[in-house]
Amino acid sequence: MQRNDFSERDAEKQMKARVHITLKKGVLDPQGKAIAGALHGLGFDEVADARQGKFIELDITGEDVAAAKARVEAMCQKLLANTVIENYQVEIA
Amino acid sequence: MKAAVVVFPASNCDRDAATALEFVTGKKTQMLWHGDTDVPADLDLIVLPGGFSYGDYLRCGAMAARSPIMQTVVERAKAGTPILGICNGWQILAECGLLPGGFLRNAGLKFVNRPVAIRVEDSQSIFTNRYEAGEEISIPVANGEGNFFADDATLDRLEGEGRVAVRYLDNPNGSIRNIAGVFNETKTIMGMMPHPERHVDDIAFNQTGRRFFESLAGAVG
Repeated sequence: MQRNDFSERDAEKQMKARVHITLKKGVLDPQGKAIAGALHGLGFDEVADARQGKFIELDITGEDVAAAKARVEAMCQKLLANTVIENYQVEIA
Repeated sequence: MKAAVVVFPASNCDRDAATALEFVTGKKTQMLWHGDTDVPADLDLIVLPGGFSYGDYLRCGAMAARSPIMQTVVERAKAGTPILGICNGWQILAECGLLPGGFLRNAGLKFVNRPVAIRVEDSQSIFTNRYEAGEEISIPVANGEGNFFADDATLDRLEGEGRVAVRYLDNPNGSIRNIAGVFNETKTIMGMMPHPERHVDDIAFNQTGRRFFESLAGAVG
């Protein structure tokens, strides 16, 4: 019996890469400041500071978690983050 | 001077830059398309114009910096071809690593679109030789993420090497040390946030920006 493309693809293992990109410490974050100000306006006085970042989720084919992590870190270096102003953190699940 | 302007999707100052160059050179400016990799070999200047290339997705200039044409522009820049990046063009040069630093949302969170006073800090470059060092001029800015940032070590190096090209007298966006434009190490590449191409003719305000283009035309032939 011939297998179709769908079953091939379903059998292919996928992982989720979750990339958090945040402004480096000491880099001014005007949006974070505005968010903290708005929260204070709503009565959330316990907010001492707010920093805004980005979250990017990637679907990655393959099974090798360590290899995937290295590849996603390369993606961060090349495109996803600007390391002059931003830090990144990669999780594979 | 044979000059070209790169056109990215959502560039919006490309024609102004081309017109400004035509005013001072009397020659037609070539327009280069972002998706091409061929760049004429005999260009004396490549301009990266202002706008919102690729919709400012991810970060301003991030997508444009990885576009096909920029691979060739980076090669030419490294070989010494003069490059001028205005506004979004400077953001693209920073994203390529051709100029140091990066850009943040404006400190006041608002898009700022008005003439600002700037001081030309250095008149010994191909971009600024028709100005006096220390000369103060007014030209417009138009940016939402024009807030220049670099770490202290980088800034000290830029200042020490005379690579701050222009500085705001009335900082519109929070740029660190009031920096409005910088050079690379060899002063063959300049990025600036204000728009000199908008002030080259009395019919549109005045001519305060015209000498940037005249400097280039005089310096590179």
